[in-house]
Amino acid sequence: MDDRIVEVQNLVRTFGKRRALDDVSMVLERGTVLGLVGQNGAGKTTLIKHILGLLRAESGSVRVFGMDPVANPPGVLSRIGYLSEEGDLPLWMRLDELVRYSAAFYPGWDARYAESLRKEFGLAGDAKLGAMSKGQRARAGLLVALAFRPELLLLDEPSSGLDPVVRRDILGAIIRTIADEGRTVLFSSHLLAEVEQVSDRIVMVRAGKIVLDDELAEIKMTHHRVDLGFAEALSTPPVLAGAVGWMGGGKNWSVVWRGDIHLLEAAVAKTGGRVLNRGGVSLDDIFVAHAGGSIA
Amino acid sequence: MRIHISSTDGVPIYMQIVQQVRRLVAGGELNPGDELPSIRALADQLLVNPNTVARAYRDLEVAGVVTSSRGLGTYVAETDSQMAHDEKRAVLIERVDALLIESRQLQIPLDEVFEILKTRDTEIFASKNGETEVKNG
Repeated sequence: MDDRIVEVQNLVRTFGKRRALDDVSMVLERGTVLGLVGQNGAGKTTLIKHILGLLRAESGSVRVFGMDPVANPPGVLSRIGYLSEEGDLPLWMRLDELVRYSAAFYPGWDARYAESLRKEFGLAGDAKLGAMSKGQRARAGLLVALAFRPELLLLDEPSSGLDPVVRRDILGAIIRTIADEGRTVLFSSHLLAEVEQVSDRIVMVRAGKIVLDDELAEIKMTHHRVDLGFAEALSTPPVLAGAVGWMGGGKNWSVVWRGDIHLLEAAVAKTGGRVLNRGGVSLDDIFVAHAGGSIA
Repeated sequence: MRIHISSTDGVPIYMQIVQQVRRLVAGGELNPGDELPSIRALADQLLVNPNTVARAYRDLEVAGVVTSSRGLGTYVAETDSQMAHDEKRAVLIERVDALLIESRQLQIPLDEVFEILKTRDTEIFASKNGETEVKNG
């Protein structure tokens, strides 16, 4: 079996004059949890819509389970459990109606699993979706996305605007999905602490381009926060190879630096400054540095 | 098992698990033969990716801290006293490395670092009647 669940090559998408996706290539391998991060409007949702076959590639290609999702929607969509921020649920239905409707659509529907999820999430079968709280509705959407044990779970900003208890359910669902062998998760979020907790791999998009695509552990090992001191005040950040984003001014600068830590001292020596302090950085800081616009 | 994950520091989560299990073993909170939670149970408890826990357990196994047999779980390894001592040293060396790096950044020479260590040891542990008293500053 092909281990490439999603393969995107040189994907371009323009809306009017704006390039929403600009030569994007990425691979999602079986058994991976991939966290897709980026600011609003960076292109996350546009990329996800291509994977779902809701948008056709202008140029470049998209393959999901080895197939073109636009040419073969049922072949692709019946294998993807999808949950979006809005939920997209038919609000006039009751939960038990939604379950029956979904069971008919997905060949692999597991009625017992659906029932156990319903109990776990504390949802009433006769409750109308339109009358549920936002958190309950997210749980209902999650139930439908999980109950047919999809090969790919695709979550687009699933915990946006939800309280911590519901967010915990969603993270738990991701973890449970990946614990069953051979299943794969792609989720987009701006809550980076969550992304950091559950992802194997991170793809960071900025203005339609991928600026970072690596294993999370590797990203954490190669990014460092470094505080630098200079004898004379500087009006602009010094030129430092590997610098991702700068803060500070005058004689004291702080940089998110990417590279082999053993090469740091030598690189800093060239700027005429010295290392005052250094340490690890959270994904949040790495993200801000990459999104900050101070990259040459 | 008492493990706490922080996503704000720079250490990858699998490494946080490895370091904390090593400390629990070195500190005698986990003893040879004790069973570690299953990968899935620890992933659920910490709310982290099971692949991450699996990677931590693999690293711990390679380091000889735990043994695992397929299907039977993961156990703290039997160690002879030399190995147990080495393990304690490994935990300490992590801290010493951090101290050395910081000393260098603060431009305090190694001799002075030794001095500080000796002085602090005296101040902390050599109080009268064998009482342990920790002074600040």
